[in-house]
Amino acid sequence: MSDKLYIIPNPPTPNKAVEFNPDICIGCNLCVNVCPTDVMMPNPQKGKQPIVVYPEECWYCAGCVEECPYPGAITMLHPTQQRISVNWKRKETGKYFRLGMKNPPPPNTRPPSG
Amino acid sequence: MSTWHEYMQATGRLPAWPYPVNYDKVNEITIDVLIIGGGVAGMRAAISAAREGVKVAVAERGHAKRSGAGGAGVDHWHGAVTNPCSRVTPEDYTLGCYESMQGWTGGNVRYIITKESWDTLLECEKMGVQIRDEKDEFKGADFRDEKTKLMFAYDYQNKHIIRVWGHDIKVKIYEEARRIGVDIYNRMMVTSLLNEGGRQGGRIIGATAVNTRTGEFYVFRSKATVIATGGAGRLTLFAPELTASAAMADMNSAGVGQAIGWNAGAEFVCMEASGPGRLTGLAYAPYSMGNASNTYHGTPIVDADGKEVPWVDPFGRELNTVEARFIPQEGQQFQLGIGIGISRTNKEFALNDITPDLPKRIENGEFKLPLYADLTRLPEHERRVIFGMMVGNEGKTRIPIYDTMTRAGFDPDKDMLQAPVMPLDGYFNSNYWSGAPNTPSVVRMLGGGGFLVDWELKTNLEGLYVGAGGTLYGGGCHGESHTTGRYAGRHAAEYAKTAREPVADNQQINAERTLAYTAVKQDKGGNGWKEINAAIARIMRDYCGRHKNETTLNLGLRLLNELKTTELASAYASNPHELGRLLECHALISVGELVIKSSLERKASNSILDFHRLDYPEIDPPEWNKLLPIRQQDNKVEVRELPLDYHLRTPYAASYEENYERYA
Repeated sequence: MSDKLYIIPNPPTPNKAVEFNPDICIGCNLCVNVCPTDVMMPNPQKGKQPIVVYPEECWYCAGCVEECPYPGAITMLHPTQQRISVNWKRKETGKYFRLGMKNPPPPNTRPPSG
Repeated sequence: MSTWHEYMQATGRLPAWPYPVNYDKVNEITIDVLIIGGGVAGMRAAISAAREGVKVAVAERGHAKRSGAGGAGVDHWHGAVTNPCSRVTPEDYTLGCYESMQGWTGGNVRYIITKESWDTLLECEKMGVQIRDEKDEFKGADFRDEKTKLMFAYDYQNKHIIRVWGHDIKVKIYEEARRIGVDIYNRMMVTSLLNEGGRQGGRIIGATAVNTRTGEFYVFRSKATVIATGGAGRLTLFAPELTASAAMADMNSAGVGQAIGWNAGAEFVCMEASGPGRLTGLAYAPYSMGNASNTYHGTPIVDADGKEVPWVDPFGRELNTVEARFIPQEGQQFQLGIGIGISRTNKEFALNDITPDLPKRIENGEFKLPLYADLTRLPEHERRVIFGMMVGNEGKTRIPIYDTMTRAGFDPDKDMLQAPVMPLDGYFNSNYWSGAPNTPSVVRMLGGGGFLVDWELKTNLEGLYVGAGGTLYGGGCHGESHTTGRYAGRHAAEYAKTAREPVADNQQINAERTLAYTAVKQDKGGNGWKEINAAIARIMRDYCGRHKNETTLNLGLRLLNELKTTELASAYASNPHELGRLLECHALISVGELVIKSSLERKASNSILDFHRLDYPEIDPPEWNKLLPIRQQDNKVEVRELPLDYHLRTPYAASYEENYERYA
């Protein structure tokens, strides 16, 4: 390990609220502009993904995700304390699942009504 | 790389503030009607005012395209009693609400809602919101009308609550407002209402605000103003690290509308009302867990061994079929839905629910934890409408729940969704994800009080109207916010057309400006906003909680003032974002004062208001069966008495219909 270490405050809780995929995000900042609580700021480097500055002010409406023109560029992440609570059991097999598990089952691809 | 921490680790450099900042710049905006709050109520107020041909501006705390408690979507619309399928009249619905609250709700506001809710929804449809099953996905379902393709929720017999595909409703009304020329000012932290001549209690002629990205000051000069803001969710509990993800209102809910109204001399009622903090507290992500309430109404609940928990009617009679859960039972005229601010329903209008003696039956060993919501037991239409339609459109569900959970593999056709495992009293009500017992009992939320308005939704102050959910006495849920916003905007515009030009008082504006920027111009060692907010919440919990008396209430007032003159006065904000949050703390203190002063005036305990005075323990003494409108004049509290049915007494007509005809 040769990375330089800094004096830095603890990561906030929750850590992220949203996560960017830098391979898809083009840094258009539409998500930044629409966020009701201004959780993110534009990256100083143009074309790069925004920076999540105030994750504890996020209320998880995912308006940023809906606003994003590039699917997969931004993902909303429930705080771990919420993800760990979302559990379900397959009726036929009795198998347990939870949101965020290591080897998740295949996605249910049925879109919502409408 | 997504977070500030990652950025710092990668670059070793603090990123500069990305927006141009100018704390000294003053922007002056002159319009006919100013709307404060750009949520669903505010945007509807703006649209209806603009359609009257006047010039309208909206001052919004976030960004009006998706902001506000209703900005994240809606799946059902209450009170649409004038829709062609409804079997409930506006009079019956209003009486149902009024009697369910034993008179402690604004009957005028309720009636206006029932008269115009359906028309307001039809306008949403014109703006592009889907309100009918156009693709015939639910053809033949009990809850669908084959002719109109409308779909109903809760009470399938009386058809007054309409299921809607509203996940994008805010975007649609935002686009409509833009299209018809409404000026929208985003990132506005409104700091005060302007009174004519700078006199508290005088006509309202605009407002001041700070932009929370640029720090610039704004002076809005308007002939009429509509307050359309949300509640004060941060008043008695402030722990966003844990609670923001579970809240049904966002961080911007600082009671700014109430605060500026109170400081300008507007009159409020029932601000002393409060209840245990079910939805403000340590809940689970909304709609993410097994439950049978609200959006999930009708869902079968089973125990760990698959044994089904009975559904009962409000009188405790067991319901033997799925169909019976959605229709009124013997002794009932119709059923009211959940979320409209009617929390203590009479059995006559209450919903069928999971048996309320479930906590005892779990304790006795009859049912074994954990419980599950077993949607597979429902007919396909019911299962699909609950999870595929309502959980795809309700606030904070399209992406956070439907998309997230289906991507993770959840399939309502095959899987049972687990309910929270929690202390047993949490199973009293089937809205399990609200996690009631996880919230400390000291945490209370404001309960139904707000601005007192007349039949035009006008306050006691000339030029000031209110259209909103929780901020308005008699207000309700998502649809109610649209409807009252639309009505208030129309009346504000009518007034503005003939109102005289506003003359602002420069002294008032300058004083507001000085106060607004104190926190960016002083010692950097001052407290930050989060520390202050937590202290405000502590004062409110301790001194204005469930148990209070004259002395604790006065001590609470003293401590709020202490905070204002010490830690808050010396607080520091390092950028416009922090400044906005700190200014919200000023608003929270004003709301706290309003709540405590209202509590001091009610020298009696009251079961409907969930208001308990240790020094006046008698519950519901009849002589206190009255409203106590409270306001400030020359910074002194003025209180009067008003009968609960004020809306049907002089100067108003004696019937709902006559008043509506006269004032609408």
